[in-house]
Amino acid sequence: MGEMEQLRKEADALKDQITAARKAVQDTTLEEAAAGVAVVGRVQMKTRKTLRGHLAKIYAMHWATDSKLCVSASQDGKLIVWDSITTNKVNAIPLKSSWVMTCAYAPSGNLVACGGLDNMCSIYNLKGKDGNVKVMRELAAHTGYLSCCRFISDTEIITSSGDCTCILWDIETGTQKTSFAGHQGDCMSLAVSPDFSYFISGACDFTAKLWDIRDGNCRQTFAGHESDINAIGFFPNGQAVITGSDDATCKLYDLRADQELITYQDSSIMCGVTSLAPSLSGRLILAGYDDFNVNIWDSLKAERVGALAGHDNRVSCIGVSADGMACCTGSWDSFLKIWN
Amino acid sequence: MSSKTQSSSSMAQARRTVQQLRIEASIERVKVSKASSDLMRYCGEHAKNDPLLMGIPASENPFKDKKPCTVL
Repeated sequence: MGEMEQLRKEADALKDQITAARKAVQDTTLEEAAAGVAVVGRVQMKTRKTLRGHLAKIYAMHWATDSKLCVSASQDGKLIVWDSITTNKVNAIPLKSSWVMTCAYAPSGNLVACGGLDNMCSIYNLKGKDGNVKVMRELAAHTGYLSCCRFISDTEIITSSGDCTCILWDIETGTQKTSFAGHQGDCMSLAVSPDFSYFISGACDFTAKLWDIRDGNCRQTFAGHESDINAIGFFPNGQAVITGSDDATCKLYDLRADQELITYQDSSIMCGVTSLAPSLSGRLILAGYDDFNVNIWDSLKAERVGALAGHDNRVSCIGVSADGMACCTGSWDSFLKIWN
Repeated sequence: MSSKTQSSSSMAQARRTVQQLRIEASIERVKVSKASSDLMRYCGEHAKNDPLLMGIPASENPFKDKKPCTVL
């Protein structure tokens, strides 16, 4: 037997081993385990604020950790930092490239980042001495578009790209620390674990992967979606992952059981999921869809318990603030809305 | 790319795939019953502190516009 043939056989055997090991711990389903839990009552939220100012589609938003400020990115070529309570624009940052697809707020509140079709992640210092917001670093190495970025600290950021890889960067030197390769399709989204030791990525190969930030290894791969995964997030306890896909479903995968526990779907929903965010306790999952709506799911019962209707175009991004007090949606209609 | 380079790079890819599958096959798995009950317990413990789940009284909602009261 040639080595190629041997490797193929070993790969198939290992895949069967993984399938069997997952089945061996499947002593019940989340649906059965939660059978005695009552469905959450109807959730109704109102638009409390509308953030107006962008002149084109909004592609991304991210809350600051103070639960008051947030940053949004639009293809009008601007990053805007908003005070979500007063609706004032704290900063309006003009971008070199208007083809922005993602933005992020550093946990410290000192920096924001963005990137897109320029294949770069640009870091901006909000707290510069003279009060002007300037580009601090341009992180260039990806050979495809920047789909998502998330800060670990003021000195490290993780990016995901259409080149199928993710990269951990040293912001001070502007160099790559670690490259995370393995996805067979564009990486669309990433999320960092609450303890900052892992991150998860969702890709156009229909899988989600869990990566160890320090050693660069992929620890687990989750399949099951039937199309691109556009959105990904951690369940608040860091032990489960939620994904949203073009197949019109969201799924919850448990990291310790190494498998999908439940799917959030409804026959009346036929359009892709663009974005998602869990509520503070994880009991609610808010997911944005291509049909201009946000659906609110009871995460344990997989039932739709509410909706946010108010945008006039696709909801492209969503985020729940760190204190859980508000949900922010961003849309191709150029507005952000704050709901609770 | 010569066919020799092509076959050696797909060989390298096949070796990487097997190595990755070995890592993924070796992890310890927890029973779904335990994973489920832990998720349910987390939701239960944090529910009362989840503003979007419990609702926010108007007086405590920083996003709600405070309207002046009229005494009729």
